[in-house]
Amino acid sequence: MMLGKTAGGLFWMFRYLERAENTARMIDAGLRISLTRSSAADSEWTSILSSTGLASAYEAAHGAPEGSKVIDFLLRDPNNPGSVMAGIEAARMNARVVRTALTREVWEAVNECYMVLKRLLARPIEDRDLPRVLQVIRQRSAFVRGALHGTMVRNDIYNFARIGTFYERADNTARIIDQKYYILLPSVRLVGSPSDNVQWDTILRATSTTRAYQTLHDGDVDPRAIARFLILDGRLPRSLAFCYGKINDNLGYLEKEYGTRHTCQSLADALCSKFRSHDMNAIFDYGLHEFISDFLRDSATLGRQIEIDYRFIE
Amino acid sequence: MASDQKYFDEMFGHGTDARAPYADYCNWFHHEDTARLLAKSEEAEALFRLIGVTFNVYGDPDATERLIPFDLVPRIIAAREWAKVAKGIEQRVRALNAFLHDIYHRQEIVRAGRLPAEMIARNDAFLPEMIGVSPPGDIYTHIVGTDLVRTGDNEFFVLEDNARTPSGVSYMLENRETMLHMFPELFSKIKVQSVSQYPRSLRKSLGACAPDACSGRPTIAVLTPGIHNSAYYEHAFLADQMSAELVEGHDLRVVDGRVAMRTTKGYKPIDVLYRRVDDEYLDPLNFNPDSVLGVPGIMDVYRAGGITIANAPGTGIADDKAIYSYMPDIVEFYTGEKAILKNVPTHRCSEPEALKYVLDNLADLVVKEVHGSGGYGMLVGPAASKKEIEKFRAKLEASPGNYIAQPTLALSTVPILTDAGLAPRHVDLRPFVLVSPDRIDITPGGLTRVALTEGSLVVNSSQGGGTKDTWVLEE
Amino acid sequence: MRLKIHHKTHYTYDAPVPYGLQQIRLRPKSRPGQVVEDWDINVTGGEVEVSFEDEHANAVDLVSFTPGQSEIEITCTGTVDIEDRAGIVGPQGGYVPLWLFRRSTPLTKAGVRVRALIDAAPQDGAAVDRLHALSALVLEAVPYSTDQAASDLSAEDVMEAGHGVCQDHAHVFITAARALGFPARYVSGYLMMNDRVDQDASHAWAEAHIENLGWVGFDISNGISPDARYVRVATALDYRGAAPISGLRYGNAAEDMSVILQVQQQ
Repeated sequence: MMLGKTAGGLFWMFRYLERAENTARMIDAGLRISLTRSSAADSEWTSILSSTGLASAYEAAHGAPEGSKVIDFLLRDPNNPGSVMAGIEAARMNARVVRTALTREVWEAVNECYMVLKRLLARPIEDRDLPRVLQVIRQRSAFVRGALHGTMVRNDIYNFARIGTFYERADNTARIIDQKYYILLPSVRLVGSPSDNVQWDTILRATSTTRAYQTLHDGDVDPRAIARFLILDGRLPRSLAFCYGKINDNLGYLEKEYGTRHTCQSLADALCSKFRSHDMNAIFDYGLHEFISDFLRDSATLGRQIEIDYRFIE
Repeated sequence: MASDQKYFDEMFGHGTDARAPYADYCNWFHHEDTARLLAKSEEAEALFRLIGVTFNVYGDPDATERLIPFDLVPRIIAAREWAKVAKGIEQRVRALNAFLHDIYHRQEIVRAGRLPAEMIARNDAFLPEMIGVSPPGDIYTHIVGTDLVRTGDNEFFVLEDNARTPSGVSYMLENRETMLHMFPELFSKIKVQSVSQYPRSLRKSLGACAPDACSGRPTIAVLTPGIHNSAYYEHAFLADQMSAELVEGHDLRVVDGRVAMRTTKGYKPIDVLYRRVDDEYLDPLNFNPDSVLGVPGIMDVYRAGGITIANAPGTGIADDKAIYSYMPDIVEFYTGEKAILKNVPTHRCSEPEALKYVLDNLADLVVKEVHGSGGYGMLVGPAASKKEIEKFRAKLEASPGNYIAQPTLALSTVPILTDAGLAPRHVDLRPFVLVSPDRIDITPGGLTRVALTEGSLVVNSSQGGGTKDTWVLEE
Repeated sequence: MRLKIHHKTHYTYDAPVPYGLQQIRLRPKSRPGQVVEDWDINVTGGEVEVSFEDEHANAVDLVSFTPGQSEIEITCTGTVDIEDRAGIVGPQGGYVPLWLFRRSTPLTKAGVRVRALIDAAPQDGAAVDRLHALSALVLEAVPYSTDQAASDLSAEDVMEAGHGVCQDHAHVFITAARALGFPARYVSGYLMMNDRVDQDASHAWAEAHIENLGWVGFDISNGISPDARYVRVATALDYRGAAPISGLRYGNAAEDMSVILQVQQQ
């Protein structure tokens, strides 16, 4: 048992950390495309902005997407509450609120992550420094995760931290798919030259799954396989099925520890069952876009329900 | 280092040889390389930053989290010196609690003619809502910080009694941790009395004051104004170390006649609330209605005996600077003994004769606002320019009742480490006292605050002061 | 005189109230000249969290709203025996020092107008007579009228408005009495008006402390000292400390209040 506020703080701390890391991943994908296929870059930046939900904020401030401006906006623009830096700051602020629930190691990892990035992102990043900066972001958030795994007791505190992580991650994966669902439709295979589709590349890079996909699919790039991979493959830690499996597990631990089953457990169960069929054809038949839209709606409902059931706020 | 003859230096006295308590330390120090020590200094700063031992500065958005500078030369006090100080503090704290009980009941001290009624009647720190309240064990101020200064070998003076919500104890504890981390070898050579038991004692002491409504192990929580408060780190630190919940006003409400916190499993009653929120903001139903930091109705539950608030509301009447000047009488009235620790002689500017004296001697006196704190709104005569003195004279003449004046004390110095080696700086001391129904616990030492600017007598962290680890040696 | 009292206060809100508290000072206590035979407070739409005595020894009940309610009703029923003691209440009891009753509060702060009234009050003579004269001066300056829009007016505001109700009279009187050197306090309670059973509202008057006599009551609105028709319920430095019901609630629902009050002789 803990303060409802603390549970909420843990949930949000790890959501923000995950979000910052995901944004860094998307910048990486965008950068890669602009280096290798400059002609397609601007439109890819647009879709990256859209999947972070920041397209209109960017447009209002800067107009048409342009590589270096988008990167600065996503990384460190103080006027962008969705930037990597803002995410890390928000994560640290939540960590301060819940500090008594964290081990010293976890707190120090978050605090150091913040201090290092604050220094690193004090000025705009030059193109040649960007890969190193993105690496530091990945590394620093890995330190936090490492401290969490290595030092935290497996109790409700840990469960709320994990639920926050996977909730945000699933949301992120779903938004990337939603942004590009049309190029994952089975019909796409009939037109164009599949193995050279820059947009598939973006999807895989934005989810850091290029390598995993190659290994598991023998190098055969196929939109249907990519969709199945990101939605249903329980081996992939960024797939919706994986994330929801974890959310369900952690809600289950809470149910056991507190001895109470709430509405959120039933909602998560229902959401999970959608992934258990492993039937991608059924999803395509239902409509990929519709499936993802339903998912985003249901996941928002679940988020609100967790907040109510565990009294994050009154 | 040759010491300044004008001030008592705690390391060298008025001479050049180390005083006894510092002998072993100085011996060690002489074999150390200053460059290595300076590097250690930076190491300590990085450590404080990482842990987040910071304080917030109001109204400065770019530097909201600052470090209080830490000097790694410890201040060392002999066991026998400390024993006398501790005895004096204990006597004083006992008197403070007896005074608070009396002031909120029959006011015998006023009836006996030992304290003028106006001292209470015209005092904003007197809280009528506390009249008739007898908290468990009749303890009003559970956590006290008695600020001391030293002027000579055997000369200690009480500068101020902090009976509301004294802060700084986390610095005392982190300073010691840092020293242990950086100089483990020193602690194997020199036997220093431990301070690390403080959080455990705090928990025990608060638990012993649980109200009758408490069943089983007392539930303790620390009430903080939130992460933007200047002492947030300390609030989180103490809650963590005591395994208590760190709560804010919006986590609490009155449920089933108790003050309860909202948890993931519903509302759970709190027995003892260690609050770090000022009286005025504690209860929007009974005090400032605009406060969002407090708990509506907590005073009602308190008066009904459903919760212990530590420190009790209204304790400010005991550490008020005007009341301070009566402390020798107060100690004698309630303990039947002469005060062991001396007060700094204090002129109450509300009294015409005293005012005349103060106005005639402004250049030699320290003048303080009765209700001020943090070193603001005060005049340090010897350090002030003619213009500053004249400006202050006008303020003083306009409302003399708002001020008291004291002679400038020749505050002792303890060396700090500078690029050029050891250099004396003025210090004060805040020991931390815990009061429970059956005992008074005084942590050996306390927080030494040091004025880092050469010659300065102002040690407040808000005015560029730093801190030192304070060692009380084993017998 | 034995009085039977039935006092119902009903609040309705135009939206559910998520959380709210009410401090209720509606429990008269037995004391010399006043015996409470029976007294019962019933709350619907909320529950009593704690009952305690405040610093003035008033019996207080703290009531919390049942979450999500949009109505709350507080009903007091009881019987009280009262003796006519010519308004003399007696010496100050308890721990509150007399000097506290000379403190001004935001509602009892003298401005130009109240000071003019003080200057007009008799400066010598027997204390009781001086205070009765003051009471008459207050009523003259502030004739009784219920068409006052605002409640919670300060004494100076009341003087400026030029008319007021019992609460306003009490505030002006208290302010002036304190300035004249008398400790003074606000009293809230019930009055049985001879000509009716249904009363408009609960009543308020003032008490001043006179050496050798102790507290003496003055009902400024009626120009007399309280007699056997007056039930003392709560006292404080001003209305805010003695208000029958005062509270705080979250959300922004608008409040509507209705009162039914019956005081009759048995």
